[in-house]
Amino acid sequence: MEIYFWAFVVGGLICVIGQLLLDVGKFTPAHVMSILVVSGAILDGLGLYEPLIDFAGAGATVPITSFGNALVHGALAEAQQVGIIGILTGIFEVTSAGISAAIIFGFLAALLFKPKG
Amino acid sequence: MLHGHQTWVFPNKPSIVSTATVGGPFEAEGPLAEDFDLLHGDLWLGQDSYEKAEKKMLEEACEMAIQKAGLQKQDIQFFLSGDLMNQIISSSFAARTLAVPYLGLYGACSSSMESLTLGCLIVDSGSGNYVLCGTSSHNAAAEKQYRYPTEYGSQKPPTAQWTVTGAGVALLSSKGEGPRVTSATIGRVVDMGVTDPFNMGSAMAPAAVDTITAHFRDLRISPQDYDLIATGDLGRVGHRIAGDLLKKHGLEIPEDRFTDCGILIYSKDQPVVLAGGSGCGCSATVTYGHILNRVKKGELKKVLIVATGALLSPLSYQQKESIPCVAHAVSIEFNH
Repeated sequence: MEIYFWAFVVGGLICVIGQLLLDVGKFTPAHVMSILVVSGAILDGLGLYEPLIDFAGAGATVPITSFGNALVHGALAEAQQVGIIGILTGIFEVTSAGISAAIIFGFLAALLFKPKG
Repeated sequence: MLHGHQTWVFPNKPSIVSTATVGGPFEAEGPLAEDFDLLHGDLWLGQDSYEKAEKKMLEEACEMAIQKAGLQKQDIQFFLSGDLMNQIISSSFAARTLAVPYLGLYGACSSSMESLTLGCLIVDSGSGNYVLCGTSSHNAAAEKQYRYPTEYGSQKPPTAQWTVTGAGVALLSSKGEGPRVTSATIGRVVDMGVTDPFNMGSAMAPAAVDTITAHFRDLRISPQDYDLIATGDLGRVGHRIAGDLLKKHGLEIPEDRFTDCGILIYSKDQPVVLAGGSGCGCSATVTYGHILNRVKKGELKKVLIVATGALLSPLSYQQKESIPCVAHAVSIEFNH
């Protein structure tokens, strides 16, 4: 039961940071997204994001910071197996499902609707 | 005839012989729905792009204004129009359909009163008998050009405004029945350093105040001479700022006589509009529809319309420029 509570708190706090970047920092939505992704990547580089996932579950995996974490995570894991070139081949290892889904479902939606806004 | 520094007085008082206003689905849900000549339930208007839909609204408004005056296209001598699209395509392409000598204008949302002022100058000087003045804007087309694609669904702060989907056209003539334009004040470009395109009301308020004070100074009259002073699209945020700034300038306009087209056009039950309406179509449809209807009914005798425009572009925003703004004021009266 406790994991639900921490998922709510941690996920909520990440969103609060994003909202503050928008409202107080006056960053554009694209800037906010990039900042959060890069933060997740740096945290994983420092070995801090995985413990956060263990602690808060979906609270840490659902926000976009998790995408930065997954990029670095895949790259580092592959680098350990095949050497330095693994950084390049492994970067989309973990995230490929998400990226492919975005492209495929985006394509399907574009076939059905008028994407002209 | 020049009065003071920047005000023209029209001795022949050109008449607004007819007007036409077209609106979209959000305007149809607003409190001024009754004042529109034509309302569309579909944002696309059966066209395959929003830009084409905007052009169609302007064409419809022009056609209706000409028809209401009992005239034909060939009777119109000049067409003056502006809009928010790149290279003012809505105006120019509607002018292609009209096939009337045309001058394209750009004053952002101040284009409504810019075109009316220049139209009056043509009619007053005897350089034309029938001049059509119009503007248009389309919510989705403006969002696409100035902000983010609507599909992106980005958040907006409460100071942001909602571009009106609409077109408003006025037909001017040297003779004929209708409300008359007596004077107009051309505004200076004022830039107080606001850079946030989601807070256009605050950026435009100083320009509106500059033009309003210039109007009263040039003509040596006071706000009491008007039954209504309406700014174009300051919204709830900008309107408050304009009121405060006017007080600081020692020019207090009673609250019941001071309003804003961007506040009037939507109701409080439409939270999607945030701080209120904006866009060329805002001041044009509210003035040529709602306000002139009240003038014709005799509820208002003399009104001052101060159309405000934010002269930014997506390019200037990317270059981190602040938002220069302008406002033009036109005085309209009707003696029954």
